[in-house]
Amino acid sequence: MTTSIMIVGVGGQGTLLAGRILGNAAIARGYDVKMSEVHGMSQRGGSVVTCVRYGEKVYSPVIAEGGADVILAFEQLEAYRYLNYLKKGGGMLMNTRAIDPMPVITGVAEYPGDIPGKIKNAGARVVAADAFAAAVEAGSAKAVNVVLIGLLAAETEIPKDVWMNAVEQTVPPKFLEINKKAFDLGYHLR
Amino acid sequence: MKKFMLGNEAVARGAYEAGVSVVSSYPGTPSTEITETIAKHYDEIYSEWAPNEKVALEVAIGASFAGARAMSCMKHVGLNVAADPLFTASYTGVNGGLVVCVADDQGMHSSQNEQDSRLTAIAAKVPMLEPADSAECKAYVKRAYELSEQYDTPVLLRLSTRISHSQSLVESEERVTPPRGAYVKDAAKYVMMPAMAMKRRHYVEKRLDDMRAFAEDCEFNRIERNSAEVGVIAAGIAYQYAKEVFPDASFLKIGMIHPLPSDLIRQFAASVKKVYVVEELDPVIENHCKVLGIEVIGKEIFPNIGEFNAAQLQRAVYGGAVDSYRIEEPIPGRPPVMCAGCPHRGTFYVLKKLGLVVSGDIGCYTLGALPPTASMDVCVCMGASVGMAHGMEKAGGEIFTKKTVAVIGDSTFIHSGVTGLINMAYNKGGGTVIVLDNSITGMTGHQDNPLTGLTIKGEPTRSVDLVKLCEAIGIERVVVADPFDLDGFERVVREETASDAPSVIIARRPCALLKNVKYGGAFAVNNACKNCKACMKLGCPAISAKAGGVAIDAAQCNGCGLCTRVCKFGAIGGAEA
Ligand SMILES: Cc1ncc(C[n+]2csc(CCOP(=O)(O)OP(=O)(O)O)c2C)c(N)n1
Repeated sequence: MTTSIMIVGVGGQGTLLAGRILGNAAIARGYDVKMSEVHGMSQRGGSVVTCVRYGEKVYSPVIAEGGADVILAFEQLEAYRYLNYLKKGGGMLMNTRAIDPMPVITGVAEYPGDIPGKIKNAGARVVAADAFAAAVEAGSAKAVNVVLIGLLAAETEIPKDVWMNAVEQTVPPKFLEINKKAFDLGYHLR
Repeated sequence: MKKFMLGNEAVARGAYEAGVSVVSSYPGTPSTEITETIAKHYDEIYSEWAPNEKVALEVAIGASFAGARAMSCMKHVGLNVAADPLFTASYTGVNGGLVVCVADDQGMHSSQNEQDSRLTAIAAKVPMLEPADSAECKAYVKRAYELSEQYDTPVLLRLSTRISHSQSLVESEERVTPPRGAYVKDAAKYVMMPAMAMKRRHYVEKRLDDMRAFAEDCEFNRIERNSAEVGVIAAGIAYQYAKEVFPDASFLKIGMIHPLPSDLIRQFAASVKKVYVVEELDPVIENHCKVLGIEVIGKEIFPNIGEFNAAQLQRAVYGGAVDSYRIEEPIPGRPPVMCAGCPHRGTFYVLKKLGLVVSGDIGCYTLGALPPTASMDVCVCMGASVGMAHGMEKAGGEIFTKKTVAVIGDSTFIHSGVTGLINMAYNKGGGTVIVLDNSITGMTGHQDNPLTGLTIKGEPTRSVDLVKLCEAIGIERVVVADPFDLDGFERVVREETASDAPSVIIARRPCALLKNVKYGGAFAVNNACKNCKACMKLGCPAISAKAGGVAIDAAQCNGCGLCTRVCKFGAIGGAEA
């Protein structure tokens, strides 16, 4: 059995780091792991996707439509955009932050309202949380991605201490205390 | 212990373990991290950013001739630039091993076109290996050096976005530096002029024959026996997708994409009832099979455009639709944008205002083609803006002679814009070239270049003096201007486009993401705002028009203050305002 987790967001939000923490946690559990990242053009504020897949033996590093067990969305509109990648019965974990894309800024498109509600209505399981507030509570607005990793951790069968180790491995030591707190707040956010 | 590595990091590790001594490259997504990793982690290897891929490959060829193992890395379009040295290095062969890494970009995640570098390998008559994960990236690089030396040939390593930018587990080994090849003066091998080249031409064909024989029985091509009903031939990332879609099939996994193993393919095809060839882009393996008279299923069901994924292959083979959650509401796109504080924003705001024809180029500033500035008319390949602007002018007509500018980034100008400028000066053009000097190669993630004064290792070095360079070319009108001084910049552009003489405007302001660039705190809109939306014309991601008026998102604003200069009502002030 391969577990497929997709992390989506806006370029610059720190989705890459979150993916690496998840990758390290899965490796520590002894899984074969593959992860696909996006570098380059779309990191300039575009829509970005990181795929992490782990299990006994993983082939494709990329998750296809209808293939994600869990989607972790750093931004509402991106949660909405990638909903069709969620497996039937999978979980959509989303940050309630909204970042206007350029077509909305220039007024040619409208930012859809009540996205969590619409995703629920489409039949998916949704956990929507204000990761920004939790990050501020932990001591830094920049820790949003680690709050979200905490939210994701509670959804997986990888034990909490394995996750904690992965966080320690990946974040700079200077910010470790804040990030540990952020992870913990995220873990209990639902 | 196994480590989690990007394909690109694994290639770098392979170069290190293979005892490579010289790496010269030009950045290009998705190839960039190979050379960055080498510069950062492997001090035993001399590494550098060259001004373009042609120079990079020539440096690597020289190092190989001198007897060292050498590497050059680039993206697919970079190999077009380096094609000239590659095609003749195929004749000379090598002394120390020479590996050229080329990363294709199926799906055009970060490229202006989609092309299949396997065809370049065939045309240049050099062998090409194609790894399918990070562990193979490392192993193939090491073997590539042995093959290069054994068969006296450059070897191409084909990567792609999903191989270069995927992480998987890799076992590290020690570095082994092979004895350096002795330098022997040998004009018949290394001086390619007609009489010598004709002899080497014959050698190239013989080498291909030898490598064909090698391909039949090498570790790169392997058969994975399973059901005899269905056989799949695949290579690289497509192999990984196919393994998910055909769990019971037998596989012929190809790791050496050129030359292909004809007998092995025949034998494999004969052992199964039905053969699928699963390959992205062009039907290279498929056509080879067809030439051998083997019936295969390929491009009639699998697309030759874009990248594959497992769900799409599943549909192509078995039909049916993927069961997933559907949304009917249209979802606004999220195209990439110039960052908050980007110096290019000032330039494009002015170009839009003046309504000029803008001959564009490739870099972060290509985003100036998108709304709301939408002020780039054409963009083809790196360096083309200058030549195209000159061509437009020579084609004649009022708008092209007086209202056309070329816009080109600093790294791109050095890459191949400077030759266009020489042409413009030499052939009596009167165009205006705006060099967007943001002190870095931005698009590919901040690489130093000959204008920044630093090497790939961050050491101080000589830097090109752009003003003097332009003057030396024969451009008498060279102006340095700040693109955030909107009025001053507009005046300069008006003056230079009005002049009959060729001119260069150096738009100088550093990239907002550079560490040493520090603006003040975020700005905010105060109640003097008349909601005229003049600031919205900048297309800054931090500024949006909400129901209650225009607002600045403090989390995104970096305090560059450009918006304060377009606001006629003084309605944008410091955060405390
Ligand atoms: C032949 C070729 N090599 C490399 C690339 C990848 N690439 C695209 S833009 C760019 C450099 C952009 O730097 P610069 O001109 O300084 O503009 P900036 O992005 O900093 O605005 C590179 C290396 C390419 N498209 N074509």
